[in-house]
Amino acid sequence: MQQKFDWKRYIIVFFITLGLFLTAMYVSDYFSNKKLDQLKSIQDKISIDILSSETQFSLLSELSCKSVSDSVLSGELGELGNKIEWGQNNIGNSDELLYLKKYYSLLQIKDYLLMKKISSRCGKKSAFILYFYTTAQNCSECEKESIVLSSLRNKYPELRVYSFDYSTDLSAVRAMINIYKIQDTKLPALVIDDNLLTGFRSIKELESIVKESFNFQDKKTINEKNTLK
Amino acid sequence: MNVISGIIFVLTFLSVYVQVFFLITFLEKRKNILIRKESIELDEYLGVTIIVPCYNEEKTIKNTIDSLLDLDYPKDKLKIIIIDDGSKDNTWQVIQEFTKYENIKVFHKKNGGKYTALNLGLEKVETPFLGCLDSDSLVDKEALKRIMTYFEDKDTMAVAPSIIVDNPKNILQGAQKAEYDMAVYNKKMLAFLGGIHVTPGPFSIFRKKVFDDLGPYRHAHNTEDQEIALRMQEHHYKIEHCPDAYVYTIAPNTIGKLYRQRQRWIYGFIRNAIDYRRLLFRKKYGTIAFFTLPSGIISVLSVVFLFSMLFYNFINFIVRKVTQINVVGVSNSFSGSNFDLFFFDTKTIVFISIILYTSIIVSLLIGRTILEGKPRISFDLFYFMIIYSVIAPFWILIALFNAIRSKESSWTLEIDKRDSKIAK
Repeated sequence: MQQKFDWKRYIIVFFITLGLFLTAMYVSDYFSNKKLDQLKSIQDKISIDILSSETQFSLLSELSCKSVSDSVLSGELGELGNKIEWGQNNIGNSDELLYLKKYYSLLQIKDYLLMKKISSRCGKKSAFILYFYTTAQNCSECEKESIVLSSLRNKYPELRVYSFDYSTDLSAVRAMINIYKIQDTKLPALVIDDNLLTGFRSIKELESIVKESFNFQDKKTINEKNTLK
Repeated sequence: MNVISGIIFVLTFLSVYVQVFFLITFLEKRKNILIRKESIELDEYLGVTIIVPCYNEEKTIKNTIDSLLDLDYPKDKLKIIIIDDGSKDNTWQVIQEFTKYENIKVFHKKNGGKYTALNLGLEKVETPFLGCLDSDSLVDKEALKRIMTYFEDKDTMAVAPSIIVDNPKNILQGAQKAEYDMAVYNKKMLAFLGGIHVTPGPFSIFRKKVFDDLGPYRHAHNTEDQEIALRMQEHHYKIEHCPDAYVYTIAPNTIGKLYRQRQRWIYGFIRNAIDYRRLLFRKKYGTIAFFTLPSGIISVLSVVFLFSMLFYNFINFIVRKVTQINVVGVSNSFSGSNFDLFFFDTKTIVFISIILYTSIIVSLLIGRTILEGKPRISFDLFYFMIIYSVIAPFWILIALFNAIRSKESSWTLEIDKRDSKIAK
């Protein structure tokens, strides 16, 4: 008994499966856009914060040293950096992310300049690390350095790390690269206290430099002191 | 990377296709699934011979034969042939006890593999119908009568029963129970479309004509129950499935036994699919050519690919974690990043996986509805998903590897290994 071949079933099932796939893609796309929107809104908020601090600073001059330094939230900048990086690895929409990344670099530079101004005018020594890395080539040293820096930032919340992708196509970033004479063959590169350090630097080395130049106290030692009291 | 994600995309598409195919068939044919709760009477009781091949089954054979003797079927119409395939234990002594029954014959032969035992039995069959029963399985009283109703259709050449895991005692057997319940649903759907590719060792019943026309069982890479079904499909012999004929089988109770059994099944499937590749995508062979065989191949490939991907990601994760620990020390590498919904993966493949897992749950619910009359969800399902997703890739990969190298795994070897473990 030869069976009739039921083409219709195969075609109907194909279209239902296609429908399911398109739905899944649509849902995925919807969430990706939501995430991009979220990134944009964080960025806008930071941008307003920086602009507002700058304006406040210009308006009130030296008198406002205390209030200005409190108002800028570097934590949010760090969080935004993490999210953009995650997005580049996990969301396909790279054009929009590239744009967000440029904007983020610009915000970092502005934050850096503002903090520098504040620190010089208010006589406060602030801790900045400028970090240059690359995503254009496979840079395992950069990956390791990133881990070191985020660990360091967790340990010293007052430390401000500004990270720049060497390959970012933005004149402001190129200017930074020129000022500090960063070469793409010597990445990762760090600028601490206007000194250029190239190649991988271990957490111990950086920690001692950071402690020395900024008179930082380890969070742990503070905590220990507190508990002793 | 793009080639790999392309392959993954195609394989997941086909996997979803298979599930939708079953579901559409179910929605269309669900009214035709015949489940009888009451005992039935047949107009005519035709002669049936049941062949029971056994090898080192001294512990289980008695219950198996008792269940056959207990079948609600006229004794003069039911013959039982027990073949001892050169057992090394007391099987032969145990089966002597049954020689007192008029309808039971026992034979002893030199060990030659299950198909040789079945073929010896085939030579002795004098009834128009015959079946086989693995000696680790028990039949429900009503099973044979219910199966025989399907032969009222003159075109039906073989009928497969519903196989249920007997009295699961541990998590592993529970997981297999969920799997077998699901298989009942898939098998019934394949029966509706004429695409059954295996007439399982436990209690499939055939017209004797099948073997008269097509010849005896073959070695068939130790999966003779798959090969005979494919041979029947090639000759357009109709295979039915009787969902309310229950056969209880003792499922492997350790990972090692399950692993060996599945490796044999998958190996057999791959090799038989290669032997019968001439059926693939030929219109005249219908469902078996366009659905059953391709979907089996798809599932083997999917597992291989998805597992390789998972393994690759896992290694990557470990490498990253090790770098992290090397660079900043153990204490700093686990200090918490805050939970943020932003970092929840929303790639398309995540939603497709959700669809696939849902379809597995639905399959189980449909299987249970067919078997038990209502959908019932149990922990078995989660045991199944967890255990099988961890171990199944190994037996599939090894089976595939052996199939490429043509290295056989054997039925007697499987039991020998089991026994040597017991002896220890």
